[in-house]
Amino acid sequence: MKYFYLIFSGLKRKKLRTSLTILSIMVAFILFGYLTAIRQAFDAGVEVAGADRLIVRHKVSLIQLLPQNYEAKIEAIDGVSNAVHATWFGGIYQAPRNFFAQMPAVPEDLFDMYPEFILSDEHKEAWLATRSGAIAGRGLAERFDWKLGDRIPINATIWGKKDGGRTWEFDLVGIYDGAEKGTDTSQFFFRYDFFDETRANGAGLVGWYTVRVTDPDKAAEVAAAIDAEFANSAQETKTEPEGAFIQGFANQIGNIGFIIMSIMSAVFFTILLVAGNTMAYTVRERTSELAVLKAIGFTDRGVLSLVLGESLALTLVGGAIGLGIAALLVSMGDPTQGSFPVFYIPTRDFFLGLLLIAAMAFVAGILPALQAQKLQIADALRR
Amino acid sequence: MTTKANGEVLVKVSGVDKVFKRGSEEIHVLGGLDLEIPTGEFLALMGPSGSGKSTLLNLVGGLDRPSEGAVEVGGKRIDQLSDRKLAAWRARHVGLVFQFYNLMPVLSAQKNVELPLLLTRLSAAERKKRAAIALDIVGLSHRAGHYPRQLSGGEQQRTGIARAIVTDPTLLLCDEPTGDLDRKAGDEILDLLQALNREQGKTIIMVTHDVHAAARATRTLHLNKGRLSASPIDQ
Amino acid sequence: MFNWIRQVLAVTRFSVLSLPQRKGSSAAAMLGIAGVVAVMVGVLSIAQGVLKTMQSSAADENAIVLRSGSDSEMMSGLGGDDTRIIAEAPGIARNNLGALASPELFVIINIPMRSTGTDANVPLRGVQAQALNVRERFRLVEGRMFEPGLNEVVVGVGAREQFAGLELGSSILVSQEMWPVVGVFEAGGGLAESEIWVDAPVLQSSYRRGNSYQAVYVKLNTADSFDEFKDALTSDPRLNVKPMREADYYTSQSTTVTNLITGLGTLIAFIMGLGAIFGALNTMYTAVSSRTLEIATLRALGFRSGPVVISVLSESLLLAFAGGLIGAGLAWLAFDGFRTATLNWASFSAITFSFDVNAGLLIQGIVFAMLIGLIGGLLPAVRAAGQPVAMALREL
Repeated sequence: MKYFYLIFSGLKRKKLRTSLTILSIMVAFILFGYLTAIRQAFDAGVEVAGADRLIVRHKVSLIQLLPQNYEAKIEAIDGVSNAVHATWFGGIYQAPRNFFAQMPAVPEDLFDMYPEFILSDEHKEAWLATRSGAIAGRGLAERFDWKLGDRIPINATIWGKKDGGRTWEFDLVGIYDGAEKGTDTSQFFFRYDFFDETRANGAGLVGWYTVRVTDPDKAAEVAAAIDAEFANSAQETKTEPEGAFIQGFANQIGNIGFIIMSIMSAVFFTILLVAGNTMAYTVRERTSELAVLKAIGFTDRGVLSLVLGESLALTLVGGAIGLGIAALLVSMGDPTQGSFPVFYIPTRDFFLGLLLIAAMAFVAGILPALQAQKLQIADALRR
Repeated sequence: MTTKANGEVLVKVSGVDKVFKRGSEEIHVLGGLDLEIPTGEFLALMGPSGSGKSTLLNLVGGLDRPSEGAVEVGGKRIDQLSDRKLAAWRARHVGLVFQFYNLMPVLSAQKNVELPLLLTRLSAAERKKRAAIALDIVGLSHRAGHYPRQLSGGEQQRTGIARAIVTDPTLLLCDEPTGDLDRKAGDEILDLLQALNREQGKTIIMVTHDVHAAARATRTLHLNKGRLSASPIDQ
Repeated sequence: MFNWIRQVLAVTRFSVLSLPQRKGSSAAAMLGIAGVVAVMVGVLSIAQGVLKTMQSSAADENAIVLRSGSDSEMMSGLGGDDTRIIAEAPGIARNNLGALASPELFVIINIPMRSTGTDANVPLRGVQAQALNVRERFRLVEGRMFEPGLNEVVVGVGAREQFAGLELGSSILVSQEMWPVVGVFEAGGGLAESEIWVDAPVLQSSYRRGNSYQAVYVKLNTADSFDEFKDALTSDPRLNVKPMREADYYTSQSTTVTNLITGLGTLIAFIMGLGAIFGALNTMYTAVSSRTLEIATLRALGFRSGPVVISVLSESLLLAFAGGLIGAGLAWLAFDGFRTATLNWASFSAITFSFDVNAGLLIQGIVFAMLIGLIGGLLPAVRAAGQPVAMALREL
């Protein structure tokens, strides 16, 4: 630590250059943090998917419906603990851009299947007592500033009502929280019994099933057994783990991970040039000073560490500020104004960021540092 | 390190050659040079440019290695030390004073003087204390917090000397210490070196062009074409 | 004035001549800007590609009719009677088969993507003979058209490329039956190229849709006939439908995705651009400080500060221009025409498209690079010109 002020005073030498370099490194890490959060928005579903949960859907496509009586048949299969159904409502709240998922559900079954949704007993009772009651995730409620007791009108795009109307009105009776940071709290659930009685057509049909297996290791066998049960029926099924289902969905949007990786590579390449260039100048301008240090007894390795230390100080300051600003930006909300199910920088990626800071410091500093290490005192002093 | 009794040989250079390669051409700067310097001596080394004065100084200070021959300081062959050991040896035994001071522009005088102490195990408080003592010896206590650009040439060189003596080295090597100073400031520096030699018993080797400066030394040697002699060779 | 220009040229020549001495930092700044431009052009070319696909789908004189309240075919539903009434509306062009109106069905089926092996929602469209006359750019490139009444399909070139098992001669599984692929078609680069087409009555029976459809595509006499057509439909008490020009319909289908990509791309480019500006500033400040003596000497000889500013600025702009050119070129080489698939949120179905690095984007990229160069050069230029001559000369 006693070398600290040496490193620090090296950075003070050209304040303008140091600040500009730190600022450009900062920019790289702002982007890193922000893009990480975007990738997380696409990946989160896969990560929090239950290993013991399967999704059963119509073999031909998700828009084709399955009979509600499959629930009992699925639950009768060996290795299945329980099954719940869900249906895509696909309604519009005020305007199409206010997209969020709405689904009819059986309240008890929902919480049984998804322990990561946390709803107070009071709210649960209110939901059970209100036929037109609905619950919203915390994120969703905050997005539209909904309060308990609000009446929420949603225009149906798929499900018309028996009375010929297309506007469904729900009473918000509960707001659920996520048990984990990655839990999706952007969804809206209302009661299936209310839905089934009110819809103009499709009574007794549901979108898909979520199935919990007793032993996650046997999930593949159970999935095969479910598909075999309905083979050659009018509605054949395709069963896959929840994670694979969500991943498949994300894949349809595009190879987000790859795109983000490409952008990040370009960004870091760019910033590395800037930082490496600065370090090269630092060493070139101070050849004689470094030689003096060696002359008074600093070892070659000591001088090498000094230059690397300076490089690390540069990237650490820039990187830390960048990550901090990214965290701030991300906490201010996602770029789609709320369509992402989650939007945060995972802790893991903060550590990855620190690792990148160290790597960048090393790559930017190593060539100039080696140059400083090899410096011949007698030659350098003569210059 | 305490100063030993006068007369004992501190520096012994025997049969030293130094060859520089410039492309395919070989330049012999020193040839079969022998030199003994007793402890407590203030030696002035004179000679024209390119005569090898600085090279000899670098060899004695462990900044460079001879192509042939041996350099012993305090009975130790320093030319055979590894780079790493040589660096540690320099830090303990040698104080260097440069013509252009070579202070770190971004450090205050105090911090510049403290620099060599970073290589020791001394505590921060102890380092600070010793740097203050060294600055006091050179008469610059009142300028401790100033940066090199705020100091005059003479003051900068005194800071350089303080940096050289702060580790209490046996040997003080000065390369043209007054070469960049006016007469008055140069005299002050020479007074200081003389005092260090007389009162603290420092062994000093000073390379200089200046007869006036050499007159302050206890002995003067002339280097010409890589050979030493007691008087200037006129050709 | 002439003298002034001569000064500018002289000073600029000095700075350009000294560029090789500063090649390290100059190359760093240039490549930095190239990186920014490549990313910006690359990301925006995704949005351009989607937009181009949508725009190539639309014909000026064509319109689409959905049930009112629906935003996409997927959500729409029209009875067989409705489609007949629509076909009788004024303004529709006619040929020997009658009105150029094509009632169509739209569902999705799961077909694995080639890239990942996971399922995609591929659109399956039920059409009849008039569909080909409404869409003039439809052209079979391989095989033949399906036979009406048979379980045969033709696939778009985009669908065949992105999804597995759609080659001529293979079959797809629909309602427990294997339907053979008998032809491959192009549709002028439009959305239809992502689709699979089948005879409408076949699809109706296999999906138990009775005699219902989801949309009617019509070709009007001229683009100006739309208002007449629209008024007739919306004022008809038997109908509850929403007629739209194709151009408007396809634009609305893609706004979500193109806005998102454009927004994100712009944001990323902006932040990266900031980083590049810092890099350029660094380079130019270094360039100016390494030329302090030269600039001071010129000023001492009587050169004015204006030409000095211009010379520093032009060096920075030159670097930026080269960087922009490299970046835009890289993006063009790497991305232009790269085909991929994504999900059209409006219809919940897959669309295939090519990244489109067009001239507009290239120019936009180079202009952005020049902007970075301008900002990065301005402050150092002013500093260079503002340096007191005597002090600069003494310093060295």
